[in-house]
Amino acid sequence: MSEPAISIRDLQVALPAWSDRKLAVAGVSLDIAPGEILCIVGESGSGKSMMGKAILGLLPAPHVRAVGGQVHFEGRDLLTLSEDALRAVRGRRIAMIFQEPMTALNPLMPVGRQIEEVLEIHTDLAPAQRRARVLDLIRDVHLPDPERMIASYPHQLSGGQRQRIVIAMALALEPGLIIADEPTTALDVTTQAQILHLIKELQRAHGTAVLFITHDFGVVAEIADRVAVMRHGEVVEQGAAADVLGAPQADYTKALVAAVPGLKPRLREPADGTPPLLRVVDLEKTYRISSGLFGGAVREVKAAKKVSLELKRGSSLALVGESGSGKTTLARCIIGLESVESGLIELDGERISGRSRAELRPHRKNIQMVFQDPYASLNPRQRVGDIVALGPMLNGVGREEAIAQARELLRLVGLKPDAVERYPHEFSGGQRQRIGIARALAVKPKLIVADEPVSALDVSVQKQVLELLNDLRKSFGLSMLFITHDLRVAATVCEEIAIMQRGEIVERGATADIFAAPSHPYTRSLFDAVPGRAWISGLG
Amino acid sequence: MKTFTSRFLGNPRVYLGLIWLGSLLFVALTADFLAPVDPFAIVGRPMSNPSAAFPLGTDSLGRDVLAGLLHGTRATLLIAVLATLAAVAFGTFVGAVAGYYGRLIDDALMRFTEFFQTIPSFLFAIVLIAVLSPSAANVVIAIATVSWPPIARVVRGEVLTVKSREFVQAAVVAGQGDAAILLKQILPNTLSPLIVTGSLLVATAILVESALSFLGLGAPDVMSWGFMIGAGRSFMREAWWLVTVPGIAILLTVLAINMIGEGLNDALNPRLADL
Repeated sequence: MSEPAISIRDLQVALPAWSDRKLAVAGVSLDIAPGEILCIVGESGSGKSMMGKAILGLLPAPHVRAVGGQVHFEGRDLLTLSEDALRAVRGRRIAMIFQEPMTALNPLMPVGRQIEEVLEIHTDLAPAQRRARVLDLIRDVHLPDPERMIASYPHQLSGGQRQRIVIAMALALEPGLIIADEPTTALDVTTQAQILHLIKELQRAHGTAVLFITHDFGVVAEIADRVAVMRHGEVVEQGAAADVLGAPQADYTKALVAAVPGLKPRLREPADGTPPLLRVVDLEKTYRISSGLFGGAVREVKAAKKVSLELKRGSSLALVGESGSGKTTLARCIIGLESVESGLIELDGERISGRSRAELRPHRKNIQMVFQDPYASLNPRQRVGDIVALGPMLNGVGREEAIAQARELLRLVGLKPDAVERYPHEFSGGQRQRIGIARALAVKPKLIVADEPVSALDVSVQKQVLELLNDLRKSFGLSMLFITHDLRVAATVCEEIAIMQRGEIVERGATADIFAAPSHPYTRSLFDAVPGRAWISGLG
Repeated sequence: MKTFTSRFLGNPRVYLGLIWLGSLLFVALTADFLAPVDPFAIVGRPMSNPSAAFPLGTDSLGRDVLAGLLHGTRATLLIAVLATLAAVAFGTFVGAVAGYYGRLIDDALMRFTEFFQTIPSFLFAIVLIAVLSPSAANVVIAIATVSWPPIARVVRGEVLTVKSREFVQAAVVAGQGDAAILLKQILPNTLSPLIVTGSLLVATAILVESALSFLGLGAPDVMSWGFMIGAGRSFMREAWWLVTVPGIAILLTVLAINMIGEGLNDALNPRLADL
């Protein structure tokens, strides 16, 4: 093996005194060969991001800082370099790609100028040469119409285009190492697939070493040459991608791999011929964005165009789409958080669309919602017991009894009954999502609308929550409308799928049928974009 | 993570501020006992130098300055705190309703707020007193009237951000009514900035009250620090203590309240304080 591009030895990063553990990174040793992609996989809190930041001296000092070990890069130990020397290394020799391209770019500067700035600081190219190089870079990352592109501002570009610009910036000086911290997590699946492809292509062409930090084993399968699995600041397993993914050795890796939702479609239970529980007919919803002080020019966004769907009693339907497809708007209309423009929503034969908030109140207990963000969906100033008991109390159940029911529900979702006395911040993300589920169940609804309930959770926690939802569906006889961007999750949970694109349902049917033969081109592109598809299918 | 109390009390400036404010509170409660004379009573020769009998001297009419200072603490604090409470209550109401209902109601209430904001606040207070006639209650009304708009703005902004959080939507889905959602779900989560703004408002209220009294527009039958400065200002050369002593009291009190307010802000926003 040739000289590694970067060699990390026994790196230790200390956390502030009040944290729950002393070291964010506890003695990690890694080598990355030139032209190699090393994926660091781990769940939140594993220290994977801290390690990436430690290499570039970007830790939030003085509270978090590297306290031991060496990072050898091009003959120097980066940890001992002065701030000035480190600045010369950053950007020029080691570049970073961040998770959120919108915040990584300056919103007030054309993107071409931002790339040029990198060249201006680190090289002595003439203005004309710099401009030519910028255009080259834009072409390298396959952005259309480079001349127009360099004059655009970040907000005029899509998320994928912005991430391409960030990648172009990272490549501008032909660095020896690129650190990519979850670069595709904020992107849609199809865009993610393109960006992964691009990173791989450019890395091959330039022979750059890449340290790729991610939480998603699918992404790892897609891009990695070698993999290091991190947990609690330590590397529990590392090796060639095929070995780690195909035959994991450490128990933790095995558990993580097992938690990756497979692409095995769930089968439809035999229909019993009863009328559908939820019926949506020709639903339309348009958002009008007025610009200007007096509401002059109005921009219209059609969030739902003639959407129709049916959900049978006791079954579950996944609404799959990318961001902006209108899936969340549709859910909010059904739950009554958003008024519909035209069309009909019927629950159990009763019309619930077009009613005022007061008229809707008696119907609320029939539909409940599980929200996406377990951190935002619980009131931080209320005890968990009061949060769960709110619904029943509003429906006339006495406080004592409602709290007793809350205890029982919390036990059902796998929490200790004494949770009723505690505040939400004392719980982890997965536990909070369980509380959210208990709240939704508290009023014994007929239908649960779950809006991306697991997308904010780590993969192992995600699996537990999905299993919980599954068990509860059986024991409560629940019907569920499950909104997700992730086909893998949809396949695990739902026996029927509706695919949404730009406010329209483009394909609808049994999960098994759609997985066997997707008919719409958009559905097919979604399938092709599932990261690590070949590997996941192989898992069985 | 350090607790709120340890962050708040661990700040030396908060300590100093609390000590000063605590002593003021003590003085305000026990003024009748510490200086058992009517502060308006003529007890000695006009403009006596500070002496054993009158540690801070007497004023142009022979009233005890120390007694005035001690009794003035009560009036000054009471007026400032009441005015602040009134301003916070009204401002919170306007801001919460505007932020929660949005659209037309928001527009109407915010234009109304701006109407008050565009009038120079001190001149407005003077006009109000002139119209209402000077009295302790009217001073409270005048100060509250000119100081609620910033509170309304702060609360509206907070309500707008909290309103879009998912737990509020969860309450809507649960079928909770608007008033209950606003009171139980949203407002408790807007408290931190409200407490900070409110505490700083007390300091401003003291200054406005002093300035009004200085101009002779304060309550004529209530001894306050501003009144003492106003009464003593023509005799600054002959009797420096008439103006200086209450002036320093105002200075220290406003400083103490500001230090506590800053301390509250740092303790409630730990990330700001740490970085």
